[in-house]
Amino acid sequence: MTISAAESPHYRMHLNLGPQHPSTHGVLHLELEMYGEYVLGIETVLGYGHRMHEKTAERRSWQAFFANTPRIDYACGLPHGHCYALLLEEALQIEVPERALSLRIVSSELNRIASHLLWVGAFLLDLGAFTPILYCFDDREQAVDILEHMTGSRLTHPYMCAGGVTGDIDEETVLKIRAFIRRMRSRFSIYERLVTNNVIFVMRTRGIGVITPELARAYGATGPVLRASGVACDIRTVAPYGGYGRYTFDVPLGASGDCLDRYRVRMAEIRQSLAIIEQALDRLPGGPVRAAVPRKIAPPPGEYSSSVEGARGHVTYWAVSDGSEIPYRLKIRSACMGNLSLLPELCRGMLLADLIATLGSLDLVIPEIDR
Amino acid sequence: MDNSAMDIDVLRIVCSVVLVAAFVFANATVMGYLERKLAGRFQRRLGPMEVGWHGILQMPVDGIKLLAKRMVVPQQAEGLVFRLAPVISLSPVLLPLIAIPFSPALQVVDMPAGLIFVLAIEAFGTIGVFLAGWSANNKYAMIGAMRSVAQNIAYEIPILLVALAVALKAGSFSLAEIVLSQAALWFVALQPFGFLIYLVAGLSECNRAPFDLPEAESELTAGYLTEYSGIGFSLFMIAEYTHMFTICCLATVLFLGGWHGPALPWPAYSSAIWFFMKAYGLMFVMVWVRWTFPRVRYDQLMKFAWKYLIPFALVNLLITALVVCI
Repeated sequence: MTISAAESPHYRMHLNLGPQHPSTHGVLHLELEMYGEYVLGIETVLGYGHRMHEKTAERRSWQAFFANTPRIDYACGLPHGHCYALLLEEALQIEVPERALSLRIVSSELNRIASHLLWVGAFLLDLGAFTPILYCFDDREQAVDILEHMTGSRLTHPYMCAGGVTGDIDEETVLKIRAFIRRMRSRFSIYERLVTNNVIFVMRTRGIGVITPELARAYGATGPVLRASGVACDIRTVAPYGGYGRYTFDVPLGASGDCLDRYRVRMAEIRQSLAIIEQALDRLPGGPVRAAVPRKIAPPPGEYSSSVEGARGHVTYWAVSDGSEIPYRLKIRSACMGNLSLLPELCRGMLLADLIATLGSLDLVIPEIDR
Repeated sequence: MDNSAMDIDVLRIVCSVVLVAAFVFANATVMGYLERKLAGRFQRRLGPMEVGWHGILQMPVDGIKLLAKRMVVPQQAEGLVFRLAPVISLSPVLLPLIAIPFSPALQVVDMPAGLIFVLAIEAFGTIGVFLAGWSANNKYAMIGAMRSVAQNIAYEIPILLVALAVALKAGSFSLAEIVLSQAALWFVALQPFGFLIYLVAGLSECNRAPFDLPEAESELTAGYLTEYSGIGFSLFMIAEYTHMFTICCLATVLFLGGWHGPALPWPAYSSAIWFFMKAYGLMFVMVWVRWTFPRVRYDQLMKFAWKYLIPFALVNLLITALVVCI
């Protein structure tokens, strides 16, 4: 399109998209500079969901922060807990029991599946299709039920802890998870027919919001957004943690980095997660699920950091200990900030509808940015 | 004309106006309920279940609730136009019903140019939508209104072109005569492309998904409806369902043989039953499409109309004209 007529400020329109808007998923505020239906520029306003997680950490014991971790990214909270647990275990030199490692992976991957399913539904909702989200929630419900059984909570799972996990699973839960894997695999054909092969869906997503690998790297995009651009970067394979190195799975990659690729990558990741869970259940070792950890945790002075792969991308925790029972400083690096910062670059000259599609395809959890 | 004949005429007009108005509200109630139930079915849930048997009273209850609510008029809005827009939007979709032949006997008035009357009146509906979007003084509503106008201009043309082809075939603009000329063979068999073009353009005409761009809720919150509440909102909803019904009635008249169909056990009502079955069948298709497809993009919508629908409709008209000439 030509935006020469848009040079004149007289024809421009300033549009506030959000913080109350059906497609800003949480409380994102976009200030759009529009020319008719075309978006000329965009400014993101953040901070509506600021909950002071990092500051909270400086006021509480090391252990107490586990309660915050699933609340940072509420759609996929377990990797955050996992990351924090890895950090403490590195600091305290704790050896985590094998069974706990497997359970962490099972629960994290279930959480990833639930998060991706939520995203597929919300993304299609952004594109104007109301039906897929109910199918996604039907499936997500099964995963969430299992997670509730394992962790005791449906959304903010209090499962990870220093030295292992808080609860064991029994044979019945294993059977439930296996049933879920079977069910989920049979459901892909439904999504194929309802979404992937839907003419209008492909029309709305192919070639929209193309992120080149260079652009993705420049803005620090991670997770499926980066992999859809063809960059094979998944912490589970490039720097395996918590026993991921023992599992065989593929890292799905996209070719062109458009919205359609981001959808395909996430759908493929659900399949890979199912494969990981299956492997973990096949060789689930016995034994305790939690190592002996001192009641009072006080890591030796120093800096510690750990990284995991969340559903949205890299999650990194960095902590400074002064040797006391309270962290001196805790810094969290989550994926959505990097992914969102791509948006102003992508949206220039885009139609409003494409902006919504691109925004949706980034899979943002806004309170995770604000923390 | 003597006095008694005029009385009967007046009585007929009053009755038909009351009946049409009553039917419009009944149709909105039935379609609202059906749409919610069908959406539930497509989405593997139950739909309304609480009010009455299987939620059958849900729509009347919702209607009463909306009537009881205050219609909030934003301070910045153009008050008079804002209040008038729902009425302006409802009347053009309500009027065509007087020309539709539901059965040989059930037609308020058979105009010689009934087809043109229906299409012309229907095109006015856009004005209500545009006024609503403009007077609300809300940017989302304004974008929705602009979309609505552009979309309706684009999709009015293919509808006119395929309707013209049918009129050529029937040799009349009278809707009753168009139905009569289909006694042997429905025009859908002769004009399959015309029927498809009509259906797609008709979906767009009544702003139904996947062409519901004027109210695209994920982009424009609710488009031109953003600021409406209470009775204003419910009038727009009624207008939407009536518009759907009018479009489907016209499709039935033009392509599906109107009231024609195999005789039913109740000969007196057979033709009307066939008509309504066809019209509601088409409305079911509209609901089905809505709950299956994502929304198309604005430029794709316009391209589709100007690049494909209108040329194909023109070719369709040309071929029909040639065939009729020969």
